[in-house]
Amino acid sequence: MSRINRDVVVAVVLLAVCGAFIGDSFAIRQPDYGTLPPTTWPRAILVAFGFLCVIYLIQSLRQAPARLEETERGLAAWFARYRNPLWCYALFLGFLVAMPVLGILIGGVLFVFSLLTALGGATPRLLVTHLLIAVISVGAMWAIFTYALGVILPQGMIFTTL
Amino acid sequence: MILTDIVAAAGELATIETIFLMMVGVTAGLIAGAVPGFTIAMAVVLTLPFTFGMDPVQGLATMIGVFVGGLSGGLMSGILTGIPGTPSSVATTFDGFPMARGGQPGLALGLGVWSSFFGGTISAILLVALAPQLARIGLEFQPWDYFSLVLFALTITASLAGEHLVKGLIAGALGLLVATIGEDDINGVARFNFGSDALRQGFDFLPVLIGLFAFSQLLSDVRDRVMARKSLSEGGAVAVRIEHRRAAAMVLKRWINLLRSSFIGVFTGILPAAGSSISNILAYDQAKKASREPEKFGTGHADGIIAPESANNATAGGALITMMALGIPGDIVTAVMLGALLIHDVIPSPSFISDSPVLAYAIFLAFFVANFLMLGLQSGALRLFVLITRVRMYVLASVILSYCAIGVFALNNVEFDLWTLLLFGILGYVMRNLGFPLAPMILGVVLGNIAELNLSRAFAITTDLEMFVVRPWSLFFIILAAFSVFFPRYQKLRGQRKWTLVYLPALLAALSVPMVMMGGIARPLIAVVLLVMAGYMIWRRARDGWRLENAGMPEIHIEET
Repeated sequence: MSRINRDVVVAVVLLAVCGAFIGDSFAIRQPDYGTLPPTTWPRAILVAFGFLCVIYLIQSLRQAPARLEETERGLAAWFARYRNPLWCYALFLGFLVAMPVLGILIGGVLFVFSLLTALGGATPRLLVTHLLIAVISVGAMWAIFTYALGVILPQGMIFTTL
Repeated sequence: MILTDIVAAAGELATIETIFLMMVGVTAGLIAGAVPGFTIAMAVVLTLPFTFGMDPVQGLATMIGVFVGGLSGGLMSGILTGIPGTPSSVATTFDGFPMARGGQPGLALGLGVWSSFFGGTISAILLVALAPQLARIGLEFQPWDYFSLVLFALTITASLAGEHLVKGLIAGALGLLVATIGEDDINGVARFNFGSDALRQGFDFLPVLIGLFAFSQLLSDVRDRVMARKSLSEGGAVAVRIEHRRAAAMVLKRWINLLRSSFIGVFTGILPAAGSSISNILAYDQAKKASREPEKFGTGHADGIIAPESANNATAGGALITMMALGIPGDIVTAVMLGALLIHDVIPSPSFISDSPVLAYAIFLAFFVANFLMLGLQSGALRLFVLITRVRMYVLASVILSYCAIGVFALNNVEFDLWTLLLFGILGYVMRNLGFPLAPMILGVVLGNIAELNLSRAFAITTDLEMFVVRPWSLFFIILAAFSVFFPRYQKLRGQRKWTLVYLPALLAALSVPMVMMGGIARPLIAVVLLVMAGYMIWRRARDGWRLENAGMPEIHIEET
């Protein structure tokens, strides 16, 4: 019977991460000064980290394998389950990518409006409400940071060309 | 001398602008603490970007206002809706909600508010009295001792952070690893940048923290359609009039419970990592054990509200004692405070109180004043809370998420910080879902550089590793760290395995060794007391024939406050 469960996969991924960091630790330049070489502390952490991941892997392998219905729900069910967090990440990514063009004010309003609509629904009444919330909340925060705190927020190409 | 410093600090604090900012902070904390899903740490983290333009006293006073307000805000939703606003108020709900449903919501709120006030005030007094003393002890610390203290802080956090110790330790190690990415502070050499120029500077601590904590928490709050569209008003929160006079009299009449719970809170706060999510449960448990009518607990007993509320506010003072005296954060909230101090180029250490007495005493006074402000603002915040309960979770989450982005950008005016926020937002959410506690990771990120710096200093003096066990304080913390690793097994198997009967006596006996090594008169005497206590425990257990019995202590775990 397969002993693969979620924890086993996580432990293997963590060990792979540990391996990648150990590999990269050999690329760290060794200066001819200082008492503690720059690799000592990270490698000490990586040894401990790797050791803990091995214990975690052994513990996970000893666990009962995941039940069939838990493992075979499929990609569609997984997307449905994590729909809201995935929307948040996707929209936030879009916000970051578009920031050089839209800036924080326009990009922020669009981000909040899209997120509200993705999470809360899109009836005509809700769309108006979401737009108002987005404009007022982002606008107010932008104004506080720009005028009260003197922070120069990214304006974006659109704003500067207007 | 101290009086002069206090007067100077009061002068710094007693400006209309600072008091106004503190009032805003306390109100924001009260609301954030009251809304389930929005933690105190999140509120303090989100306040941070606003404090850049302020001077250190103003900035820290505002954040302390949020901290104190948050600790007291949790009781509002706990009592009125039965859903604790923060894990600090879990035990308050046990008796607060039944009392409110029994027709006395105003009294239940009053008891909570006044207990919070007295608990906070007692801990403020202890903060002023104990922090300089602890700092004096801290001056004895050498690099080996600091390194071992960091080790202890990480192991105790990992062991208390959940049922799975290995996951907690992995999270702590991951935090330490994240702190090593980028140029190292000692030699200026780039590490783990994987060829990326952006990673050469490493990750700024605050975007990492906001991503791990606030971003991932917000997504957990709206994880499915039902949760996202829910509003708190479904819990039935309505504004009520707080019965101040009657409640204050009842709290003072139960002064033993108040003092005991406050001391539990302060002591829990002083311990690295143990915060108000633990102290409120411990204080409730002790109040129930000490009560003449324990059977009435859970039905709306006044002592069941007084104990957790005084303890959770008192914990804040305890956590500040450790942070101010040793520069080691007591919990996640004080880790953020430490970050705030560093932004203002203030580095807490044992010499901090003597080097910057005005700032140090201003922080003490701010904590004291914040408790009074909390008392005055609670009624107004209650009305605001009732209004906010009508807002749906997805609206709150979306707006706060955009605020996180603006706030994070404002930290350094660097776009890379926003990518850091997203990266650690994803990592935090995945870790939460996989059962990895975030507290050890956050402490790992905060303490990583402190640990490496002290290791480097130690190696600059001698490369002899023996120093870690021959220096009394270092040995003291190593013993605590070793025992803390076994603490989760002890909690789980207490009353079931024979070895659990010798766990505590062995800890006390082991701690007596470094106490003797410290020399002087008082510390060897303490060692003798510890040995006598260990011997007495062993004698009692041997007399009872090594009988296993469950002491009925609650299992304690850190929740995100």
